[in-house]
Amino acid sequence: MDALIPHLPVLLVLTPLFGGLLAALMPRRGPAPWMWSLLVTAFEVVLALWMVKQVQRSPQETITYLIGWWPAEYGIAYVIDALNAYVILVVALLAFVSTLYAKSSVEDEIPKDRHNFFYSIWLLAICGMVGICATADTFNIYVLLEISSLTVYTLIAMGKYRDRRALTASLKYLVLGSIGATFILLGIGYLLMLTGTLNMPDMHEQLMLMKAKGTLEGNRTVLVGFAFITVGLGLKMAMWPLHLWLPNAYTFAPSAVSALVASTATKVGVYMAFRFIFTLFGTVYDSSATLALMAFCGTLGIIVSSIRAAQANNVKKILAYSSVGQLGYIVVGFSMANESGVAASVIHILNHAVTKGAMFMACGAVVLRMGNADLKSFYGLGRRMPATMAAFTVGGLGLIGMPLTSGFISKFYLVSGALHDGQWWLALVVLAGSLISIVYVWRVIEVIYFKKTDKRAPVAEAPFTMLIAMWILVSASVVLGVDAELTGRLAEFAARALIGGAS
Amino acid sequence: MIEFPPGLILIVGAFALAATRGLGFRVLALLLPALTLAAVWLTTDQVVQIGWLGQALTLVQKNAPTMVFATIFAVMTLVGALFALNMERRVELPAAFVYAGSAINVTFAGDLLTMFIFWELMAVGSTVVIWSAGTAEAEASGRRYVNVHLVGGAVMMAGLALHFANTGSLALTNLSNLDDTASVLILLGVLINAAAPPFGSWLPDAYPAASASGTVFLSAFTTKTAVYVLMVLFAGTKILIWIGCGMAIYGIVYAILENDMRRILAYSIVNQVGFMVCGIGIGTQMALNGAAAHAFAHIIYKALLLMSAGSVLYMTGKRKCTELGGLYRTMPLTMICGTIGALAISSFPATSGFTTKSMITDAAAHEHLQTAWLMLEAASAGVFLHAGIKFPWFVFFQRDSGLRPPDPPLNMKAAMVLFAAACLGIGLYPAPLYAILPFPHAGHDGPDGPLYHAYTAEHLIYQFQLLLFAGFAFFALLKVLKRTETITLDTDWTYRTMFPRIWIVVLGPFFGWLAPAHHFVISTLPTLIRKFFTDDPFGVPPHLIRRRLGVGPTVALITLFLAALLVINLL
Repeated sequence: MDALIPHLPVLLVLTPLFGGLLAALMPRRGPAPWMWSLLVTAFEVVLALWMVKQVQRSPQETITYLIGWWPAEYGIAYVIDALNAYVILVVALLAFVSTLYAKSSVEDEIPKDRHNFFYSIWLLAICGMVGICATADTFNIYVLLEISSLTVYTLIAMGKYRDRRALTASLKYLVLGSIGATFILLGIGYLLMLTGTLNMPDMHEQLMLMKAKGTLEGNRTVLVGFAFITVGLGLKMAMWPLHLWLPNAYTFAPSAVSALVASTATKVGVYMAFRFIFTLFGTVYDSSATLALMAFCGTLGIIVSSIRAAQANNVKKILAYSSVGQLGYIVVGFSMANESGVAASVIHILNHAVTKGAMFMACGAVVLRMGNADLKSFYGLGRRMPATMAAFTVGGLGLIGMPLTSGFISKFYLVSGALHDGQWWLALVVLAGSLISIVYVWRVIEVIYFKKTDKRAPVAEAPFTMLIAMWILVSASVVLGVDAELTGRLAEFAARALIGGAS
Repeated sequence: MIEFPPGLILIVGAFALAATRGLGFRVLALLLPALTLAAVWLTTDQVVQIGWLGQALTLVQKNAPTMVFATIFAVMTLVGALFALNMERRVELPAAFVYAGSAINVTFAGDLLTMFIFWELMAVGSTVVIWSAGTAEAEASGRRYVNVHLVGGAVMMAGLALHFANTGSLALTNLSNLDDTASVLILLGVLINAAAPPFGSWLPDAYPAASASGTVFLSAFTTKTAVYVLMVLFAGTKILIWIGCGMAIYGIVYAILENDMRRILAYSIVNQVGFMVCGIGIGTQMALNGAAAHAFAHIIYKALLLMSAGSVLYMTGKRKCTELGGLYRTMPLTMICGTIGALAISSFPATSGFTTKSMITDAAAHEHLQTAWLMLEAASAGVFLHAGIKFPWFVFFQRDSGLRPPDPPLNMKAAMVLFAAACLGIGLYPAPLYAILPFPHAGHDGPDGPLYHAYTAEHLIYQFQLLLFAGFAFFALLKVLKRTETITLDTDWTYRTMFPRIWIVVLGPFFGWLAPAHHFVISTLPTLIRKFFTDDPFGVPPHLIRRRLGVGPTVALITLFLAALLVINLL
């Protein structure tokens, strides 16, 4: 087994890639594709855990894997450190739990003769997201980004069997997502022109050399490249006001897809932003103006999106808008560019993935039983689907940031980061965002527990696999809230490594 | 050997309890409190700490009053669960366990933050207990209850944050000097939970709204945890003497005016907690011992009284004194237990009230606090009047109401008999209770002597005189005290009725020209906000429905964003 260890970085990407290709060859009907996907994602979690263990053995060093033993300057290199090992673990865990959850949702929402294709695309999407995190080659990032994006567009479009509006939502995402990817590619192109390399650490080194020689001063190419990449990443991670593709895409996607995409896709975008802004451009280039603009967008995103969430009448849409708002916290965190702020961002990647994943899962169980996720369908469900609604409630408390849930830990780091910088207005915005989140969470909870319904028809509790999946995430949210050290140390370490590149 | 706060057994077990049914539910309902009681006693003096967000939280630490409070909380949970067993209340009992477990953990908390976390968890648990009665009244009262406690929690949190900012420490220290805003805010937060007037109207509002078994749990934990926290943080704060006396008198007056039997008992909680608060204000070792012992005894006899009232409610469905009476014929056991509870609350010799409460009044006399002593004695006489005679008289004796309910089911009877025996036990042989008090060596006659002599000739004669006169007064004034259908007003009347009335009657004529603005604030604005937040496409004219941005405008927006980014970088 130890012979595998050096190959772990590439195995992480190859497992879902070949898993996905093989899933397409499975019988079209029956549970085989699902079981295969569950197996593949479970194996992926094992690999990710193993990888984290390797990284922790020597946390100061990075693990570099050269594909085909080509030198990094010419070939593709995968570089793993504490940060991306952690993000990969988050993606792998959420992928596994979402796959577990997907069984009933897919049986209900996807035609019986297409399950093999569904799971094939599903695994390829996971492959793309894990790959983006693993690779250090900028062009490879673009390729894997396209793999994950195209598959996610497809997955969202599959919501058409329940609601035709999924098609337009997917198309809008396709157009805007492609613009974002193109911008990123343009930015990478400019940098290639300037440095002659695609490898990220190498690119950083070349830029530093140029800076030492003084040729970087006033260089418009770097500026334009950086601007294109920033806007492209902003689109990919749904930073307000570039989020417009997100609400409908999340609302009309099949339930399992909403749970997977909401908890992982935008987080991978955030990870790319970390890499480009801190690892690549850190110390090379004064990004304070850009970070200020991002902080501004983040704060507006928190307030405006939370209000939109409080206005929505479809619970999936409430959750989608709330995702944009929560992304605002992550953006605000890293745009402070201090240790506590970046740590808050890193922690919130996991905490929000867990919380929002659980809530989308609970919501999907309601879609399965009631046919839609309108607020009206939630009337009196507290008595009829107690376990599902309890999961939704605990998740909601996490969104608000109640102590003993994971949301509190993120906000604690965020507020202390803001106060550390003397930016008390950021702390105020965070607290105001929590207040508005009480409004939109309470609107749903009130309907669940305090409104009587006139419908007498009994509603069955969610299927067992769904309950297991959502309660894994809910308990993770509580455990991460109670034991803050678990994520705290890792996040602080990752933050120090990232900021270290910037100062 | 116990490496976790004992209350955790109840809190975690509550979730298992919520998931079981039938026999498993019953076994678990009794097993969990019993295990907790064992864990409380097996906990050693060892301090258990964990790190959380850079702070060391002390989860387990035995403070001076810990054992007496933790023990009675665990016992109370066990007997309360026994009383509630036949009703199979599948939400209420787990919620009550979370509530009780948090209360126990508050008593083991070794720092302010841990204390506050479990303090807030108590508010959550108790609110669910009230709501689980399922009536519209319970829902409304529960909502008012949770609002009061959230405000109280926020005040306390603000105090804690300020205290931490000032001192940099979360340790439990004596804050009785009240020399900064922080300690005043913390005191205010605790007093809200102790139901001190004018912040106490939530108690008689909410407790009687809970179910028969729910009220029994509610009576025990919130106010007594507040007493515990006061004892740890504010022992010897002089103002508490007068707050306590005020509570004692206030409770009496309202209890005498009240008709609902469970509201009578709810007001008498305020009265009894007043004694304890007063004792904490006096702050001598004897007074603190008295407050702790009184809390221990009070939980038992108050629960006993509420269980007998709850049994009556459970068997008859009636709660007003005017509708009850003459029940002694068919509910003899309930009557006997209720009467023992009533005697205990009146400090009748040979009951627990006699051996505990008098420590506080004696401490007041010992410190030469004449006025306080007089007020407490007056309140003692009043207790006998309203809880000691009035409750059993109107419910079990008086005229015959024609109701013929039998005694309640076996488990309820068992719970009542257990606590009635405890009332008598502590009254006759208080030594084991005295041994776990905060200052077990603060004896009258030197460190090794007995802690307190309740049975002196002087004390006995005095107490009998007091009871005799109060009893005489009751029957002499029976005509006046005869209960009619009344509603008593409490301080919550000020914000629920008086302020609107003042606006209409007094200020209205002067500010008539402001009416449109007033109308805008109270009617138009809420409607607008409502419209804003419930985007109902069927209620809004089509031209007002917000259209999502199409792809074209969105791309324009992206371009604009790119331009903005370039511009600010070039500047």
